[in-house]
Amino acid sequence: MLGFNWLAGCKPTPAAAPALQMPEAWFEINGFVKIGNNGVVTIMSPNPEFGQNVKTSMPMIVAEELDVDWKEVIVEQAPFNTAIYTRQFTGGSQGIRQGWPGLRMAGAAARHMLRGAAAQAWQVPVEEITTETGMLHHKASGQSAGYGEMASAAATISVPEEVQLKDVEDFKIIGTSRKNVEARKIVTGQPLFAMDQQRDGMLIAMIAHPPAFGMKLKSVDDTAARAMPGIKDVFTIKTFEDGYERNYFDTNTFPEMVAIVGNTTWEVMNAKKALQAEWEPISAISHTVGGFGRSQTVEVPSGLENTTDHLARMDESAGRPGTVLRQDGDPEAAFRDAAQVIERTYTAPFLAHNCMEPMNCFAHVTADGAEIAGPIQAPEFIEQTLSARLGLPLEQIDIQMTRMGGGFGRRAYGHYMVEAALISQKMQAPIKLMYSREDDMTFGVYRPAYHATYRAALDSDNNLTAFHVKAGGIPESPLGRGAANRFPAGAVDNFLAEEWSINSNITIGAFRAPRSNFLGGVEQAFLDEVAEAAGKDPIAFRLDLLKRAGSNPVGEENDYDAARYAGVLELVREKSGWGTEDQPGVHRGVAAYFCHNSYAAHVVDMTVEDGKPVIPRVFSAIDCGIVVNPDAATNMVEGAVVDGIGNALFGAMTFKDGVPEKNNFNTYRMIRHSEAPKAIEVHFVENDIDPTGLGEPPFPPIFGALANAMYKATGKRVYEQPFAPHLEASVQEAVG
Amino acid sequence: MSRFNLSVNGQNVEVDVDPNTPVLWVLRDHLKLIGTKFGCGMAQCGACTIHLAGNAVRSCVLPISGVGDQAITTIEGLSSEGTHPVQQAWLEHDVPQCGYCQAGQIMSAAALLKSNSNPSDAEIDAAMDGNICRCGTYTRIHAAIKTAAANG
Ligand code: FES
Ligand code: FES
Repeated sequence: MLGFNWLAGCKPTPAAAPALQMPEAWFEINGFVKIGNNGVVTIMSPNPEFGQNVKTSMPMIVAEELDVDWKEVIVEQAPFNTAIYTRQFTGGSQGIRQGWPGLRMAGAAARHMLRGAAAQAWQVPVEEITTETGMLHHKASGQSAGYGEMASAAATISVPEEVQLKDVEDFKIIGTSRKNVEARKIVTGQPLFAMDQQRDGMLIAMIAHPPAFGMKLKSVDDTAARAMPGIKDVFTIKTFEDGYERNYFDTNTFPEMVAIVGNTTWEVMNAKKALQAEWEPISAISHTVGGFGRSQTVEVPSGLENTTDHLARMDESAGRPGTVLRQDGDPEAAFRDAAQVIERTYTAPFLAHNCMEPMNCFAHVTADGAEIAGPIQAPEFIEQTLSARLGLPLEQIDIQMTRMGGGFGRRAYGHYMVEAALISQKMQAPIKLMYSREDDMTFGVYRPAYHATYRAALDSDNNLTAFHVKAGGIPESPLGRGAANRFPAGAVDNFLAEEWSINSNITIGAFRAPRSNFLGGVEQAFLDEVAEAAGKDPIAFRLDLLKRAGSNPVGEENDYDAARYAGVLELVREKSGWGTEDQPGVHRGVAAYFCHNSYAAHVVDMTVEDGKPVIPRVFSAIDCGIVVNPDAATNMVEGAVVDGIGNALFGAMTFKDGVPEKNNFNTYRMIRHSEAPKAIEVHFVENDIDPTGLGEPPFPPIFGALANAMYKATGKRVYEQPFAPHLEASVQEAVG
Repeated sequence: MSRFNLSVNGQNVEVDVDPNTPVLWVLRDHLKLIGTKFGCGMAQCGACTIHLAGNAVRSCVLPISGVGDQAITTIEGLSSEGTHPVQQAWLEHDVPQCGYCQAGQIMSAAALLKSNSNPSDAEIDAAMDGNICRCGTYTRIHAAIKTAAANG
């Protein structure tokens, strides 16, 4: 056997260099900062990491205010402890935005304490102590010391309540590109993920969940499965006790399932195939879901649903009056008086997240407590669920946030942690729960299916006089009050936004830029068509509207900053050479959107080569305020562009009699290497605005920019996602 | 159960497993070499890519009985300290996002460069199309392969 030590993978990660001299003693200055006697600094990264690179960028913010050399920094994943690290949540593009003040304070407070220790040692006023990358100085007396020398004394100084933060222009680390602190471990295959967990005596578990939405477990014959080699036990588990009030992230997809436990993954996979389970239809239920300070009732219908019915039912719902979310002026009169009315309907299917690391979790539950190591975006929520379900107080639930092999919203729903814990409890052993790709892809928690009808009225001078959006989905609408107040609301005198929804037993969850991931694309495709009908350049058309929204807005609740919105359009226009550097055979589409507090615009270039659409280049312009780690931020925007193009072209989960029709990558098409844009140029608007989030905002508008480029390349507008079948057909037609 | 003698990352090891067991699970469960990842189990995603006698193969569909005396190399054995030109290029371009697919990407890229030290764009596309990256790092992967080829 080859040697293996799980703990080797838990060694802290030097931020910049592979080899740092370890100190003889560490002194804990505060929850975020430990300083070694030799001046090496450990900084805790508070949030769950799923590829957004917070494990590098959050410590960079602390290091900035602490005033240390990034080369002397070691980064550790902070334990889950919301008493110290207030918002340990990955979602909503909020990590850096909400972490910003606290991370700066943590670094600045530690620096202040080090200065205090030096002032005491040298018997001089603290105000006279300055710092310079890990050094303390007292100019008047000429005394100097490294942070390491003052660390033990600094640790005894009380944490100040208020500290002076740096001026933005004095930043030395923030705004400079620093490498991913985990990159070396990733490229050498070190254990980082929950799936890599190993313990002595650890068993492997898998689950069998119902094959269809609208079905539940009826009975199970496990005789054959139990007789398979390496199998320890087969039993059913129930994720929630009867009467438990679920929180927002407790998905109710399949609350009862079969667990198969054995020695190795292959043995358990084989035994699972031998399992004979019978399933039966569910009855309609209505249940209450709490969280975020409110409680809502969710209706879950019975029945086995079909994608074809979904589409028909969505069309039907769209034909009935919706719930009005916003109305300005007199939209119907404006439509009646219009010189030209454009009306288009767009649809998009359910999407599976398809994180590359399937759902999985390590759990070891004993009478004294639960150790849970797994990929989780929302540990605070699942901790409550685990506590309730296991009957253990919160203090006895130890959640270890492992690096996630992707999340995209999916891992906010930690049902697999409860499942793993229940299996471990029953087995009285450490276990690792593994989902197969099929288990993962057919478990639900999908992006909802959406539908939107847009109408625009133009007067005889081609001014946009009215705008109407009516959107809905299964089982929820993409609009809501937030999106209804976004551009072009505020820029049009007569405006109407309505929504509707259709209940379903197919479960849904957050998916990168929830709701916006549909609206951003279709609204921008629609505006492209309206600009064309008005005979205007699509960027100039939007900028004119934004000018109106800035100088003389309609309504008072407009949820965007027209100047910043215009800023990204202007930047992408400039960087892409829009309108001035048109090349023959290169077809360009543009789109912009505001969501999750940031602004993004893209230009997609499309060519047709050998009868195939190719994307030689994408230009992106982003305004997310101060950019902490520019190259990592660029990577994330590139990822959003590729991910968005992939989902727009290929993403779709469909259903037949409640059964998901795709269960692995042979049927669920994902964007591949050769299909990605050949180059992605990312530009950030430079400003001093506190960071406003980046993971999600570049995602929605890429759907629109792609749609608009496709139209230019093929002469055909596509109203239905996924685009690929339509695009491939029209390219073929054009080529002849 | 049957005994198999394997050469993994230059070491001889013996395992006693069902002959149908995919090499992926022998590596991960029996040899505790967890750098090789599970993504699909059906040769669709490339997360489990290893080298078998120097060629990139999907270990999730390679039964251990099919290995014979061919040497296996995993991401852990590609170099001792991450010094392989492909790993170095990955660091230089700071390729990974979540990182889960990257061991497989690197193994595919390393096998490509071994057989073709200066691949064209189309050859890179063809060699890398079996490796899915859900985070969308393809453009960086492509650039890193070119860097590795230049530095190779
Ligand atoms: S796990 Fe082997 S190709 Fe996906
Ligand atoms: S880096 Fe996340 S799947 Fe490739």
